[in-house]
Amino acid sequence: MAHAEGQQHPIGIYLKIWGLLFVLSTASYLVDYFHFQGYLRWFLIIVFMLLKAGLIVAVFMHMLWERLALMYAILVPTLLLMVLLGIGALEADYTFFTRGVFFVKELF
Amino acid sequence: MQGIVADWSSDQRAFKNVPWGKAMMWIFLLSDTFIFTSFLISYMTVRMSTTEPWPNPSEVFALTLFGKSIPLILIAIMTFILISSSGTMAMAVKFGYEKNKKMTFILLLITAALGATFVGMQAFEWTKLIQEGVRPWGNPMGAAQFGSTFFMITGFHGTHVSIGVIFLIIVAIKVLRGDLDHERPGFLTGRKGKYEIVEIMGLYWHFVDLVWVFIFALFYLW
Repeated sequence: MAHAEGQQHPIGIYLKIWGLLFVLSTASYLVDYFHFQGYLRWFLIIVFMLLKAGLIVAVFMHMLWERLALMYAILVPTLLLMVLLGIGALEADYTFFTRGVFFVKELF
Repeated sequence: MQGIVADWSSDQRAFKNVPWGKAMMWIFLLSDTFIFTSFLISYMTVRMSTTEPWPNPSEVFALTLFGKSIPLILIAIMTFILISSSGTMAMAVKFGYEKNKKMTFILLLITAALGATFVGMQAFEWTKLIQEGVRPWGNPMGAAQFGSTFFMITGFHGTHVSIGVIFLIIVAIKVLRGDLDHERPGFLTGRKGKYEIVEIMGLYWHFVDLVWVFIFALFYLW
């Protein structure tokens, strides 16, 4: 969709997304309130987080109505950060392992 | 040299139908995304690798209200405030493009007020934690890395919110004075004032809310 005059959308869509963000935030707060633990907690937190982020970027920041050129220019580099995430996790696991070895040795 | 200038100034636009300032704001936000992601990933790295127990955020950020300890309540309220400010900002952009000066001004001011409230609550939270002995180099509750990552991540985010509040007020004044209706150039630029600056301001503000979504999930709920 081309918008020479800038982004114009009915006000209802903003109010609906606002409401939806409130519901999702309440839901993620309740995950903590009811002490969900383990993989269920992780799954729920990440799902609510990504849904909220998606709604903000797509509707509030109007990414949904932008041309693909802009969408890709912003979203593809962001996705590449997943590589950094993987490296960070590997590094952390290794550090934790070496610390474990070091502390165990100290006991003897 | 002339060749370089000619190439870069040739009549080509990669981002069609997008004002120049808006494309630049998106690119700035992309670089900011990298900064915040680096912070959050380094936080993940130190949290995963520490052998000491991590302080339980649910308890650290609990508040006693009406004689009952409610976990994480302050952070939940801050989240709702920031989301609401995003809602009012989105509507300010809409009314801006309709050239509704009064509504745009009011909504921008509400957004700024909610942002200032958020920063105030964050100052309260910092004060509380500092009084409890949390420092960037250690704390009485557990892993020392808790303090350093907490102050760095929330501090950087709070700075973004504060800068946003200042710019929201500046844009609100521009709207009220009619600078955008009469296309008056800004203080530091010769470019004409247009209502697209409200949308550009909005992009920055929604981004601040977006970062908080990730901090809320990864720092406070993990």
